[in-house]
Amino acid sequence: MSTLEFFLAGTLSAATVFLLAALGELVVEKSGLLNLGVEGMMAVSAAVGFVVTFETGSHIWGFALAGLSGVVISMVFAVVAITFLANQVATGLAVGIMGLGLSALIGREYESRTITSPADLVIPYLSDLPLLGPVLFQQNIVVYLTFLLAVVIGYTLTHTRLGLAIRSVGEQPSAAHALGFPVYLIRYATVAFGGLLAGFAGAYASTIYTPLWADGMIAGRGWIAVALVVFGTWKTGRVAFGALLFGMISLGELIAQSMGARIPSQLLSSLPYIVTIIVLAMISTNKARMKLHAPFSLGEVYDGSEGR
Amino acid sequence: MQLRFEKRLHQSKIMLLAAPFIAIALSVVLSCILLVVLKKPILLTFHSFFIAPFENFYSITEIFLKFGPLLLIAQALAVGFRAKIWNIGAEGQMVIGAIAASAVPVYFVDSTSGWLLPAMIVLGALGGMAWAAIAAFLRTQFNANEILVTLMLTSIALQLLYFLLLGPWKDPMGFNFPQTVMFQDEALFPALFSGVRLNVSIIFPILFTIAVWLFMEKHYGGYKLVVGGLAPSAAGYAGFSSKKAVWGSLLLAGFAAGIAGMSEVAGPIGQLQRSMTSGYGYSAIIVAYLGALNPIGIVFAAFFLAVLHIGGDVALVSAGLPISAVHIFQGMILIFYLSAYAFVNYRLRVVQPVTQPDSAVSS
Repeated sequence: MSTLEFFLAGTLSAATVFLLAALGELVVEKSGLLNLGVEGMMAVSAAVGFVVTFETGSHIWGFALAGLSGVVISMVFAVVAITFLANQVATGLAVGIMGLGLSALIGREYESRTITSPADLVIPYLSDLPLLGPVLFQQNIVVYLTFLLAVVIGYTLTHTRLGLAIRSVGEQPSAAHALGFPVYLIRYATVAFGGLLAGFAGAYASTIYTPLWADGMIAGRGWIAVALVVFGTWKTGRVAFGALLFGMISLGELIAQSMGARIPSQLLSSLPYIVTIIVLAMISTNKARMKLHAPFSLGEVYDGSEGR
Repeated sequence: MQLRFEKRLHQSKIMLLAAPFIAIALSVVLSCILLVVLKKPILLTFHSFFIAPFENFYSITEIFLKFGPLLLIAQALAVGFRAKIWNIGAEGQMVIGAIAASAVPVYFVDSTSGWLLPAMIVLGALGGMAWAAIAAFLRTQFNANEILVTLMLTSIALQLLYFLLLGPWKDPMGFNFPQTVMFQDEALFPALFSGVRLNVSIIFPILFTIAVWLFMEKHYGGYKLVVGGLAPSAAGYAGFSSKKAVWGSLLLAGFAAGIAGMSEVAGPIGQLQRSMTSGYGYSAIIVAYLGALNPIGIVFAAFFLAVLHIGGDVALVSAGLPISAVHIFQGMILIFYLSAYAFVNYRLRVVQPVTQPDSAVSS
């Protein structure tokens, strides 16, 4: 594999972590809820996924239980923010704080342990193509499924009745209720879906992308996923593009080292955060466009009373 | 039969007072389950948390040592939270405050001037404010979400700290540990009593609390801030500037966190090192909420969380309780508090199912 192929293939793999989590958060936000607990959900499920895979040797079990743990943690958010009508920002932070603690607790006997990453799914014939072959057709199966999922979610949100239901709940819950959509049920379901995908993102990070356990290994990737939803102005395709961009940036450290650049590693580690801030400022500066694309009731408490 | 929340006409004062206690009680019950799962002794753990910290004078002074930074940062954060300005990067503002203050003893290693400490206080405050100002600028000029910006700035601040400690500021005689030289006595706050780490910097959180209380309760500016948070458009009509609220609350938090960071390196730690923040920036968010964003409530909440910090250290030694369990407990308290808070604004009502006159909808 040439350096370029290695870089592009790595970008796709790194982007998968961001994309899985961001797709989940996108669906949650489309239904009008802001769940800032993504980092915590990813941390818990990364620990669960690693421990289960380490003990059973099965990545499938690791993913399944990581997904389940993501759903369980997300339900804490749902109960507090939807049923108990709490402030969503504070609830998400609380879930995040608890999640980081749980993650450290679950993984504490496994610090620095490693597992083997499963073999890539090499697609016959196509993988022999120059450049494109190794980049697009020699990846882990989760990478293919994630990008496929992005297409499915994009289509569902814009072209189906389910998507219409989610969007109307996110725009104007009292109107959606009047139209007969089960507002609470839909919101619980989107939060659970977000938890499931954050769970898969965590499992992918700890068992496939870097198959080793270190406390704090999610390292802000959940927060970048939240930022990606804003970058993509709540549009699936743009979110996927943003995930690829950040996949590339997060490889910057490796690339610069391999080229022998004399840049302090801390500066390179900061790069994703710096870029996040700059892109966020660039995208958000058009206030009208942000207002147009953001779900209208995003972050607002819906207590079932009539309209506003 | 069905239960649903119905909005109260006025906030329930009783629930407002009871909510934190309900949250703590529920968290204690749930932690018992966690302790059973972890096979840790329940009574010994609770003794470590709630009795041992008060058993001797030294330990009590340690509680106040943790109380200071928590109180200082939480008071400032609460002002912003009331105005719905979500600065969750106090941790990073604290780090930059500590770095800025540490520049003085790092570059003037041999100085014994009486100006060292005042210079460090000023630089610490300015450092924290400068870091917070980035978020305020991006929010007011570019509409950039301050939650994400302050959080990302915290990660960047930590990387800057590691860079300095591994590179230019590393103690040449420090056996390659990532830390600066130990500061000279003139760059440290004098202890309040001999033999304890509690020092005169405890005066900052106390003065700051009084100032915030006066501002929020007695001053028109505090009122404007709260209105801006509750009803931004109404505040706009009344001519209250949301830009001022963003700048004001972020600079205030940067100031407080900067002083807190400075007080850590010029106090109990005595040098700049990796783990200098002890997570105060995040714990302070919990303190602010548990204190109902009220300056007086926050005093009690900060004290409680300080006891938890000390109790966690005791339980680590006595019961082998991992420190992560304390973080889980903190998160749990906030989760239960936010749930219990529903009863402040709402009451539960039993709704008898009414047969829906659904003909109008379905036809």
